[in-house]
Parts: sequence; C-alpha cells; structure tokens
Amino acid sequence: MPAVTTEQVEARVVEALASFGPDESLITRDATFEELDIDSLDLVELAQIVEDEYGVVLKGEDMKQLRTVGDAIDMIVERAG
Amino acid sequence: MKARVLITGMGAITPLGVGSRALHERWAQGVCGIVDGAGSCSEFDPAEFLSTKDIRRMDRFSQLAVAAAGEALSQAGWNERLPYDPWRVGCVIATGIGGIETVENQHDVMRDRGSRSVSPLGIPQYMPNAGAAAVAMRYGLRGQMYGVVSACSGGAHALGVAARMIQCGDAEAVVAGGAEATLTPFGFACFNALQALSPTGVSRPFDARRDGFVMGEGAGVIVLEEASAAKARGATILGELAGYGSTSDAYHLTAPQPSGEPAAKAIELALADAGVTAGEVDYVNAHGTSTPLNDAAETAALKRALGPEQAKRIPVSSTKSAIGHLLGAAGAVEAVATVETLATRVIPPTLGYEIPDPELDLDYVPGEARPLLMSNGGAPVAVSNSFAFGGHNVSLVLRGPPA
Repeated sequence: MPAVTTEQVEARVVEALASFGPDESLITRDATFEELDIDSLDLVELAQIVEDEYGVVLKGEDMKQLRTVGDAIDMIVERAG
Repeated sequence: MKARVLITGMGAITPLGVGSRALHERWAQGVCGIVDGAGSCSEFDPAEFLSTKDIRRMDRFSQLAVAAAGEALSQAGWNERLPYDPWRVGCVIATGIGGIETVENQHDVMRDRGSRSVSPLGIPQYMPNAGAAAVAMRYGLRGQMYGVVSACSGGAHALGVAARMIQCGDAEAVVAGGAEATLTPFGFACFNALQALSPTGVSRPFDARRDGFVMGEGAGVIVLEEASAAKARGATILGELAGYGSTSDAYHLTAPQPSGEPAAKAIELALADAGVTAGEVDYVNAHGTSTPLNDAAETAALKRALGPEQAKRIPVSSTKSAIGHLLGAAGAVEAVATVETLATRVIPPTLGYEIPDPELDLDYVPGEARPLLMSNGGAPVAVSNSFAFGGHNVSLVLRGPPA
C-alpha cells in the first residue's frame, strides 16, 4: 500500500470537517477547532473517518491534544506512516 | 387560588404546511394534507431554520420541534430576548417514539460496517428528550426541561405538566409541546403489524367506513405564561390553558376501555380544573383517530362526561381528518388548532365524514367549516382530547380570546 501523503490527508480532513458545518474556506491548517466550533462529538466522528480511511486509531487522549486542524493532519500522517 | 396560565405564542409544522395559521386555515378550507396514506411535512425545509451543524445533530423530530418553537417564540414577542429570567422559563417537549430514523440509519451502519462505525451522534439524536434539549439550547431556556413520553397523548401531557409547573410557582413561563417523525419503513411496519393503520390510507374519523389511522409527522409548540407576568409585560393574549385532566385506563396495552369511563374521567377533571360546566363548552377537538375502537370509546366518553344532551349539542371535529395522526405531537398540534378555532370563531370540519355510524350519534361537523356559536357572552371554551396506547387519557380545556 502506498504511503499516504500529507496533501491527501489534508484534503480528507478538510472535507470531513466541512461536512460537520463550518464554511470550507475557514478550514485552514492554522484554524483552531474552537474557532471552527468543532467540539468533542465532531472529533469522535473525525476519528471514525480517519480509522476507516487510514486504519489509524485515534483515542480520546489523542484528540484532547489537538488544537488546530494542522495538529490533526500531522498526527494522522505520522501514525499512518 | 391556582394561577391562570395564558397562551401567548403558538407554532406548528404539519402536513398542512409551515405555521399555525396554515394549519387552521387550510383545514377549515377542507384541504387534506394526507398524500398516499401518510401525512408528511413536505413544505418543511430544515435549512430554513437550522445550520448545517444543527441539522446533523438533530433527528427530524427535533428539527420539527425547534422550527415550531421558533414560530411560537416569535409570536410571543420573545425573539429578541427572553422577557423572563432564563432560570424561570421551562421547556417540556413530548414525543411518542423519539428519533426512530436515526435508530434505523445507525442500525444499518452497524449491520453493514460493524459496531465501531456507529455514529457518536446516534444516542443524542435518538433520545426521546432530544427535542426538549434542542429547543432549550436553541432559545436559552434554563428552567426545568425534559421530554414527556406517553405515546399519542404526549403533546397534551406536555402542556398539562407545563401548566402545573407554572401553577406550582416553579416557572413563570414554559415552552411546551410535542414533535414526531416516524414516517420510516420501520415505523410503518410496526404500526401496520398492529393493524392500527388504515389499509385504505384514508383518515375519516367517526365515519362508518373508518378503518384505522393514517400516520403523520410534525410538531406543535405553545408558549405558556403565568397570567399576571404576561399582563405585566403587555403580552398579546391568544388564549388560556384553563384546565387539565389526566387518567389511566389500566385496562389494555392498545385498546381503549370501551365504556369510555376513564377517558370521561379525564374530561371531567379538566372541566372541574377550569371551573367550566358542560353547558359552557362551545367546541370539542376530538382525539378522533379514525380507528373503529377509539372513535366509539371517545363518543361514549364525551356522552358520559358532558351528559348526552350537551354532548349532542356541542360540535366535535377531528384535526386528524386533515393531517393524520401525529402521535406524540398530536395533542400539541391539536391544541394549536383548537386555540386558532376559538380565536377565529371558525370550526373546521371532520373531513371525509360522510356515512354516519349508527352507534356514533354526535355532531361531527360534516362537510364544511361553520361559525363557532358561543354559549355565553365571554370567551369561547373548547375541550381537546388525547388518548394513547398504554391507556393514557388527557383532556385540556382551552379558552379563546374574549369577544
């Protein structure tokens, strides 16, 4: 299986977050989940999507450390690699 | 003396459209919102009321509740800010079933993709108190808040306990009603299995050909305020929730007690609570489901509670003839229709009632709408009934605005 690229993960994470409600144009690497009104329930959904797509299991403690969209992308790419 | 509970706002999303006026006006015009054996809220677009995030987090029944509550709060003049301390405003929203569409979807997910794929939003969308939670969160209501679950009498129970909350001094105002969205494959399968639904897909309460109810969806929400507080803030008064009575059949899981005695007791309690005699009742909004058993037992109950002569004098019509049976929303939606009837002095007919059942001999308002004739010079008075699987009986006495 080819390794996932940061670009691929970023596109998938942005798509998932946009489906939760925030305007897609606001979803940048630097945007915080707080600014985007992404809460703990959204992050559990994001973790499910990530597990489905990349086989990466993100637990509650992992999610708590995430502050920005970029944090999430980096963690997923690191674990998938 | 008990505090008086006034109605200052009403909202309804029904198969007859978006809005409490649409409900009464179209029903009075003889429009039926039932299509292909179901009463769906086809004019309701959640995106007009809710953000993408909120839509994803609410089952349809909660979406309907929030939209109906929005209309009610707007009519009460609450849209800018609450006129009361938020801790003193309650919220009670009933449902018969809860978020069944969510359950079905998530059960499909579990079967097809495994239990780890079930959405974390499954429970918070499905839970029967989700409608109350959604309304309270959306409008910042911070007093007592909960769901009521009593099948097809839930909406009426919600209004009754809300009135009691005000009368006990626990709240100055309560946003109360019911919501239901069960037009799903499983919903139809279950009610069909019970042989409760009309095989012909026609809702014709009290007619000799009635053969079951037609399922509908929707929501009704009413703003109730303690009378002196409402008057002090200069609220427009639409009506009064003057009486509440409730009993249990303790008889059978689904069949009503055929003599109508327990239902009659609920009507008697509601009249006594309102201090109203049968002779002062101008209209009855019947539960009138179009099932053989309900309509017979309800007719018997009305005769018992009102006396045979008064029962025959008072016009009785069923909202379910125009929108079907909205289950846990029915009592609230029908209370809205009843208050509109009292306010406009126009009694909508029981649609589809053409062939009298020789056993059922009340005035079921056949054919067309007719003017409401008042038995006294003050404010018009109506009784609205709700009965339910499980043996719940609820009767509300509603008073319209004075002439």
